[in-house]
Amino acid sequence: MVSYIIRRLLIAIPVLFGVTIFNFLIINMAPGNPVEMFIDPNTSPELIELRKEQLGLNAPLWIQYFKWLGNLFQGDLGFSFTTYEPVTQVVGERLGPTFLLMGTALLLGIIIAVPLGILSATKQYSFLDYFTMGVSFLGISMPTFFLGLGLIYIFALQLGWLPTGGMMTLGGDGGIADRLRHLILPAFVLSILIAGRMIRFVRASMLEILGQDYLRTARAKGLREFVVTNKHALRNALIPIITVIGLEIPFMLGGAVILEQIFQWPGMGQLTIQSIFSRDYPTLMAINYISAIVVLFSNLLTDIFYSIADPRIKYQ
Amino acid sequence: MSTAQLNMQNQTAPTGREEGPELQISKEESYFRMIAGRFMKHRLAVAGLIILMIIIFMAIFAPWIAPKNPYELSGSFGAPPSSENILGTDQVGRDVLSRLIYASRVSLMVGIGAVAIYTVIGTILGAVSGYFGGWIDMLFMRVTDVFMSFPSLMVVLVVVSVLGPSLTNMIIIIGLLGWPPIARLVRGSVLSLKQMDYVKASVALGLGTPRILFLHILPNAIAPILVQATFGMAGTIIIEASLSFLGMGVQPPTASWGNMLTDAQSLTVLTDQPWLWVPPGLMIVISVLSINFIGDGLRDAIDPKSSK
Repeated sequence: MVSYIIRRLLIAIPVLFGVTIFNFLIINMAPGNPVEMFIDPNTSPELIELRKEQLGLNAPLWIQYFKWLGNLFQGDLGFSFTTYEPVTQVVGERLGPTFLLMGTALLLGIIIAVPLGILSATKQYSFLDYFTMGVSFLGISMPTFFLGLGLIYIFALQLGWLPTGGMMTLGGDGGIADRLRHLILPAFVLSILIAGRMIRFVRASMLEILGQDYLRTARAKGLREFVVTNKHALRNALIPIITVIGLEIPFMLGGAVILEQIFQWPGMGQLTIQSIFSRDYPTLMAINYISAIVVLFSNLLTDIFYSIADPRIKYQ
Repeated sequence: MSTAQLNMQNQTAPTGREEGPELQISKEESYFRMIAGRFMKHRLAVAGLIILMIIIFMAIFAPWIAPKNPYELSGSFGAPPSSENILGTDQVGRDVLSRLIYASRVSLMVGIGAVAIYTVIGTILGAVSGYFGGWIDMLFMRVTDVFMSFPSLMVVLVVVSVLGPSLTNMIIIIGLLGWPPIARLVRGSVLSLKQMDYVKASVALGLGTPRILFLHILPNAIAPILVQATFGMAGTIIIEASLSFLGMGVQPPTASWGNMLTDAQSLTVLTDQPWLWVPPGLMIVISVLSINFIGDGLRDAIDPKSSK
């Protein structure tokens, strides 16, 4: 168990290096360079050349990479091209809202998917089952931006119940109730994206468990069906669901980019779009790097948690 | 499986419940027919296939179907639906219905093009990794881990924005970045297939490794690849639409269902001109839903246990 975790951590190290190399190469494919972007176009070519030399931009790519990597280890991700603040600070301010949105959506997704998945499995081939599977398919087939715009149109513009975007009312006190009202729509849209995929897993996992002998034993000793399903079966059915939660993280990060743009949610997704349009490469690089680390560690945690939750799984 | 018995009635009339005569089918045809027969029983998958056919037909014959030229500007800007323009006109006066029809070309091109590229890459990498094992496998799988660490939508968005948004770039970039799930799938299949006796027999016969791998092992791994590619096509269409929606995909004046929704980010368009954004949104949902149903039908047909 411990040796398994250590081995997983050791494997994660080269992958992490791979992530930095890939990330560095992507940004270096960008046309132009920071010097040309900032300097007055009338500057003489000699001066530009001198400045490039000073910034180390004429060094071979791999030397630039190791310099960048060295800074990365010291927690220095460079400065934003647009605000001139350290990138760590720019991105750090955006992490909170994104994690709030993702956390709420994940919770909401689980609340929607687990009961529906169980009902769907216990009442297989019923109307409810077909309906749930239909909803699940719609959830995975609906582009987040269309669902988001549709819900803004209905709940914000037509009914006027909820705000169209932002994290709190401008000039308001920013109380909890106000923040919650702003959170409902984006979190709901993201949770539908998650629930659509999760329902299928819960249903499939539950169906597999429901056919097992130990449940027949439980029924034979006279337990109520409710206890059999929700206590005996569910416990084992939930184990594979841990994996699904881990798999949802990259999807949520991607979904957040679009949702935050539509709902003007001041998180990392919105920052991604802003950085793309202002060609703020240091910030983009940091965002890419942070999301890759989040994905890598959520996969790692999933595997570790899985091995704790299910002692039947043996790792060499 | 030497022979397969299947209900021929159901092949011609998928919704029919009457029992037809049971036929015995020759060995060569049996596997394909059995899968086709099971697929035909999945009503939603059949419906999805019909809708996808219609969309493909629409894309191929767009110039003859579209009532107007999708690039032609008319005098009426943002006009609501009328007998002249069935779905109204956009903000520069182009016919929305014609743009909707032409946009199906973009979605299908990205869906088919990008998925074809990454399925080939993923299949080759996965097959080599699974067959040779050892350090090649270790290296390939770590590279796969690296690519899988980036949220797909995010990394495609960043790379497209760096290299310049266009239809071709989008197809190539999604194609070059999307292969890891296929590679993992193929690797798993090859790992189990290479233990089988017929493969050992091929090795004993002295057949060349590429021949064993690509002519004897891979054909048996094709079914799950096909299912994965189908779902991949649905996912790719959503990625294309999302990028185009954000302005980082297909560039106007070329119409894409995604970029037709871009204007709806302004609240006035969203409120006052629903004919501009509801139809393209519905087209995305319908096409992606159809393809997902086809994928589900294929998966059930190939592995009936998966759906129970």
